[in-house]
Formats: sequence, structure tokens, C-alpha cells
Amino acid sequence: MHSGTHVEYPSGPCPERPAGACGERKALFLERARLCPGIPGVGGGEHDVSALDGKIVACAPAGELEPPPDAERVPCAGKRLFPSFLDVHTHLRDPGHEYKEDIGSGLEAAAHGGFGSVMAMANTDPVNDRAAVTAYMTEKAARLHPRGPRLYPVGALTVGLAGKELAPMGELAAAGCVAFSNDGKGVADTEIFRRGMEYAAQWGRIVIDHCEDPSPARGALMNEGAVSGRAGIPGVPTVAEALHVARDILLSEYLDLPVHLAHISCRQSVELLRFAAERGLKVSAETCPHYLLLDDSLLEGFSAAAKVNPPLRSREDVRAVREAVRDGLIGVFATDHAPHAGHEKDQPLDQAPCGFIGLETALPLTYALVRDGLLNEAAFTRMWHSAPAAVFGIPVNNFAPGDPADFFLFDPDEEWTVCRAALHSKSLNTPFLGRRLRGRVTAHWLGGCRIV
Amino acid sequence: MSDIRWRHKDLLDTAELSASEITHLLDMAERFDEINARPVKKVPTLRGKGIVLFFAEPSTRTRTSFDVAGKRLSADTYALATSGSSITKGESLRDTALTLQAMAPNIIVIRHSVSGAAAFLAERLSCSVVNAGDGRHAHPTQALLDAFTLRRHWKGDMRGKRLLIVGDIAHSRVARSNVFLWQKFGVSVRVFGPRTLLPPGIRDWPVEVHEDLDEALDGVDAVMALRLQLERQQAGLLPDLAEYARRFCIGMHHLEKAAPDAVVLHPGPINRGLEIASDLADSGRSRILDQVAAGVAVRMAVLFTLGMRDESVHEYLADHKDGIERKRQADGAGAVSEPGQATTAGA
Repeated sequence: MHSGTHVEYPSGPCPERPAGACGERKALFLERARLCPGIPGVGGGEHDVSALDGKIVACAPAGELEPPPDAERVPCAGKRLFPSFLDVHTHLRDPGHEYKEDIGSGLEAAAHGGFGSVMAMANTDPVNDRAAVTAYMTEKAARLHPRGPRLYPVGALTVGLAGKELAPMGELAAAGCVAFSNDGKGVADTEIFRRGMEYAAQWGRIVIDHCEDPSPARGALMNEGAVSGRAGIPGVPTVAEALHVARDILLSEYLDLPVHLAHISCRQSVELLRFAAERGLKVSAETCPHYLLLDDSLLEGFSAAAKVNPPLRSREDVRAVREAVRDGLIGVFATDHAPHAGHEKDQPLDQAPCGFIGLETALPLTYALVRDGLLNEAAFTRMWHSAPAAVFGIPVNNFAPGDPADFFLFDPDEEWTVCRAALHSKSLNTPFLGRRLRGRVTAHWLGGCRIV
Repeated sequence: MSDIRWRHKDLLDTAELSASEITHLLDMAERFDEINARPVKKVPTLRGKGIVLFFAEPSTRTRTSFDVAGKRLSADTYALATSGSSITKGESLRDTALTLQAMAPNIIVIRHSVSGAAAFLAERLSCSVVNAGDGRHAHPTQALLDAFTLRRHWKGDMRGKRLLIVGDIAHSRVARSNVFLWQKFGVSVRVFGPRTLLPPGIRDWPVEVHEDLDEALDGVDAVMALRLQLERQQAGLLPDLAEYARRFCIGMHHLEKAAPDAVVLHPGPINRGLEIASDLADSGRSRILDQVAAGVAVRMAVLFTLGMRDESVHEYLADHKDGIERKRQADGAGAVSEPGQATTAGA
């Protein structure tokens, strides 16, 4: 974590759930869990994990540890154990749009999806461009989910996200914002963006850019291409994204400052990321499950359920983004969890808002890449865990003594149907609704407390 | 005339119709056109049926044409204009549609500024929906009346004919519905217009894209000029209208390069001197007023076909739980339950 104050999450028994769900015992002992590879300093294979008072005590190959006599023993019988993941890109809609989601329901969904920490974007109402909003968010999260998932607010880069004047980033960082972004709309003014990168760096923070040049995107409802041309739907070309990817890469080099590029969706952006990687620039990039699995042919039926920003791209773009994940050019996964109410999505394309929920479907969807042979399990874990944690300086569990006892069991073969009853988010806006997915979080401990 | 079992609940685009279904509609329109020539232009076929004309975008010609068509079939037509409707009071399209449906019309005719609006209604309503123009997407009755007009002019012999469409293809629902109609009849379609007004991916359409007007015109059997929305200039898609008129307006002299009996069409309303020269529009080569007359006959055929559809709504809904899938039915192939009947039905 960077300098600055942030809400402390308690260790020890949950204040709100002192007995029952949380368990009274402070000691926890996981037996014979198959630890995922990809955690720095820990090998894969079957491990025992010992935790006390919400912290890791030890993690060692199975049989090497002596279980503490008073520990709650959890036989895992070879089930896959992962450290809780970090989602660097969510919209929890709180304050202001609690009918879509609130901090309570959003973090509940995160826990069920395997996330122990989430970063929440600033496009709330009011916008998170002042410390009072930041404090409201972190305090509400700590009150409703004292063990986690932990909420890390992303502050607005510009006041009101209007792209005109810089937000008070010093104040926001002190209140707990871990990064700054104008997510939701691109910053047209390159001078403002450049100064934002510089000023954020003063507080040890990094800027996340929603790469979209607004002028080619004017009026667009989907990706520009063969599908939009045939259907007569106004489209935005991939160039709108790639132009700002290029701009940010050049600024990163010129200013010698890091920048993080949100939701990369197209081939042109990937090629620019290759340029940045070849020069060793401090550019990190994320993509989301839908850009790896869905293309714009989903819009042929004019379905607003498939409307998202950046839009679903062509099949060729999907291929390029998958290759970028395979090659490590895109090193971070994120959900871009963006809840909207049913009545908002059930409108013609021009009226319906952009976005999909993603917290509870992200793991099975991205684990499919492991199954496809595109990623190994270590890379899969890294992209949801150590890579984003390193970009933003978020503390995560690496199963080292003293780390937060945040981990979950994941069954890659359990099948389930995406439906109302299976989800904890208030909203249901996912193009995967009704689909059978493979892979599910079967148990999740946060701060040593079983949440799922 | 009604011995075809029409399988489509709605008319959303020409692309979803087979050639035989289009022929069926055009043949039927010919017969209604005869009625339109009589002193008493009214038949009792749709008596007691209700047709809502839901025009959420300004339209005089198309709405009037549907209104006349419905009334000549003795249907009750109810117009709902945008101003004064609850749309201006913030009601969603879904709620407006459900409200209309609660009044139990047989057919809703919709004109809307958003591509996909007609499909949106069709997926949610059990009554028939006729697309009278949705955004840039489709305008099937316009394409059908264009087909009616040219089929007559070509005396039914359409195969191998050449049609040139000139102007703003990108924003034109008329162009899209025409292109994917003519494809089914072996008519080769050429397009010519400013590059800024060509849709992405048009190279994969069944059209020849021309960059030179003289070449585009060479030997064509018909020219269709499209309406230019004047706001395209403000959007930065065009320099000025005078430039457009000089480069893209079809004049009398252009037809010299076309086939000797080539004719000119325009969906209207026309901007004289911008898309089509005034003298050409008024000349014997123009079929613009024939198109208007054809519009009534074609819309009578469409309303009649959907209004008399004998399958029950429930049966349809059971068949089409996944509304999205329906739109990809390849060119409506196999949509007629007994294909053999389709060609004889309307004759």
C-alpha cells in the first residue's frame, strides 16, 4: 500500500458475526489443499496452511506442519487453493445508484467470485472527487464487510470526471484512493491528462486511463465494422481506443511515469502495447473476460444486453487480445463489473446503458483460457493476483507469514448456470445470462473468516 | 389469394423474406393496385382489425400511405404521433409498446429513429409489427414498393438488370433494404456516393462500389437517388451542399450513359437540385410518383398478409422463445411452411 491513511480491516473474530458463520476459533488449518502455482516464493502442489487471527502463520508442503490443537481443521483433499484475487476495475454504484448495486451487494458478489479486494471506480453520484466520498465508501465497506472483501477506491482524475480540471488528488490519496481515473469517458484534453499523470505521481499514485478519443466515438452504440455497417448501427472505430493508447504510451515514455490502460479490446491497441513492451516502458494493461470471449456479432440482433464500452469488437480483435494475454502484453485481468437495472438494459440500443456485471462470472470465464491452453494456471493466477497487486501496490496474500488469511477453494469442473438465484449482485446484466459455466468458488475465507 | 401460410409474425426487413415470399407480396400488391384504380377503392377484408400507426419520427408520406392502405382494407387505423405521446413524457419504448398492445391491435406499424427499434417491439409483443423505417437499418415496405415499381417497368424480367443507388448509403435504411432484396432476384446493384457516406464493411455486401459516376452509370437499367439529410454537413461528413450537388446530383445528361429505357427513382421527399435535377424528377424518366402509388398497394399487401395470418400468436411464441435467433434466419429460407405453395399463392 502506498503512503496515506486507509481503513484498517480488523483481525480476530468478525464483530458482526462473532459466532456461527465466522466460527469462534481464531486458528484455521487447511489440509492437503492443492496450491495454485504462480505465487512468488511458494511452489505448487499439495500444501497445508495454518492461519491465526486473520493472518497466515505458515504454508508448507502437505504433512510438514503440525496442526495447532485448537485449530479448525479444513480437509481440502486436493481441491485447488488460490489466494484471494484482486479486481482492479469495478463499479459498485454507491453512492448514488444503489438500485443497481451498493457496496454491500457488490462486495458480496466479489466474495462469491473469488475476490478479496476490489478497486471501485469514481463514476458514482456524487463523483468520487472529494475525500468525503472516498471516506463514505471505505467506511461503509469496512462496516458491512469487516473481514473483506476490501474496497480500494479509485479517485476521479478530473473534477466531476468532466476532463476540465484536476481533482484534488492529494486529499483523495490521503483519504484512501489508490489510483486515479476518468473511467467511463476518455480524457480528450492531452494536456490535462499529462498533468494528471504528473500530479498523481506526487502522491505515489498511478493513473488508469479509459482509452477513448471522444470525437470518433460520438453517437456510437457499438464497434464500427461489418456488423455495424450491415445493421446500420452507429459505430466507434478501434482507432478511437488505439489513439489514446498511443498517446498514453508516448506520455509514459516522455514523463518516465507509469500508466495503466483499462479494458484493452482491440488489435491496434495490442500492437501499440508491443511497442511499449519492446522499449521497456512502465505501461501496464488490463482486459476483461468479455473481450476474450465475445465479438460484435452479438449485436446483429440489436441486443442491448451486448452493449458495453469499449464495445465488443470483431473476431479478429478478440483473437489479438487473446494472443496478447498469452504473450503477456496484457498482464492484468479485470472485470469492469458494471451493474445496471433490468429496466435500463431492456431498452433500444441508444437508450440502454453500457456495461456488464462480471464479479461472479470472471473466474470461470478466464479459467476457460487455461482449459484452452492459452494460459497456464500460474499465469492465470498472476493476472488476477500478483500482477495487479504490483501495479497498484495493494497488499495481497502470498501465503507468507503475516499475510492476510485471504484464500478460496476453486473447483474448475463444477458447472453452474448464470441466473438470478446463482448471483449476489443486485443486477443481472450479463451477456452470459443463461449460460452454463465451468468453474466455481466453493469456499472463501477473508481475514481467516469463512465468507463463502 | 390467402392460401399461403405466412410464417412471419412481423415484417422487419426484406432480408428475412425469401424471393418467393417477396414475389407473393408483389403479386398481391398488383391486385390491390387494380382496386386502387376503381371508383370505390375499398374492400372489406380487414374489417374489425386494428392497426396502430406508431410514428416516433417525423413522417408524412409513409404514415399517410399506411393509413390509406389500412383504410382501403377497411381496418381501423389509429395514428400515434410523437408529440403529444407519452414518449415525450419519458416513457420507455417497452412501456409504450405494452400500453399499445393492451389496446389489442392486430398490427403495429412503427417508425423510429433507432436501428433495431422495430425488432425490439417485435420481440416483446404478440401482435404483428411492421417496420416502417428503423434508424439506418431497414425500410422493407419502401424496398418492396421500389421492387414493385421496377418489376413493372421491367415487365417482370428482373434477372441480370442493373440498379445504381446514389448518395448517402451509410445512413440509408432504404439502401440496405433494397440491396438485400435485389440480391434475391439476380439484379446487380451498384452504389456510388461520397466515401464518407459509405458504411463500414460495404465491400462485403452484394454490391459493386463505384468511385466514378460515369462508370457507375454505364449501362444501368435504373438509378435510385437517395435523400441527403442536411445535417450530414454539420457532422463533418461533407464539405458543403453545393459541392455535393456538383459531384453527386443526378441530372438528365447522366442518363445518356445508362440503358436507353433506364428510369430514375427516389424515396422522397426530394431535395431538388441536390440529389436529383428538377427537370429529371419531372421528366418521363422519373418513376417517383409511381413509387408513391405503389406504396399504397404494397402496404395493402403487407397489412393484408399479416392481418390475415392464420397461425395463432401462442403457437408463434412457443416457436420463437429466443427472439434474437429469429433475425438470423438466413434470408427467410424455408420460412414458408410448404414452399411449393408460395409461388402459386398470389397469382
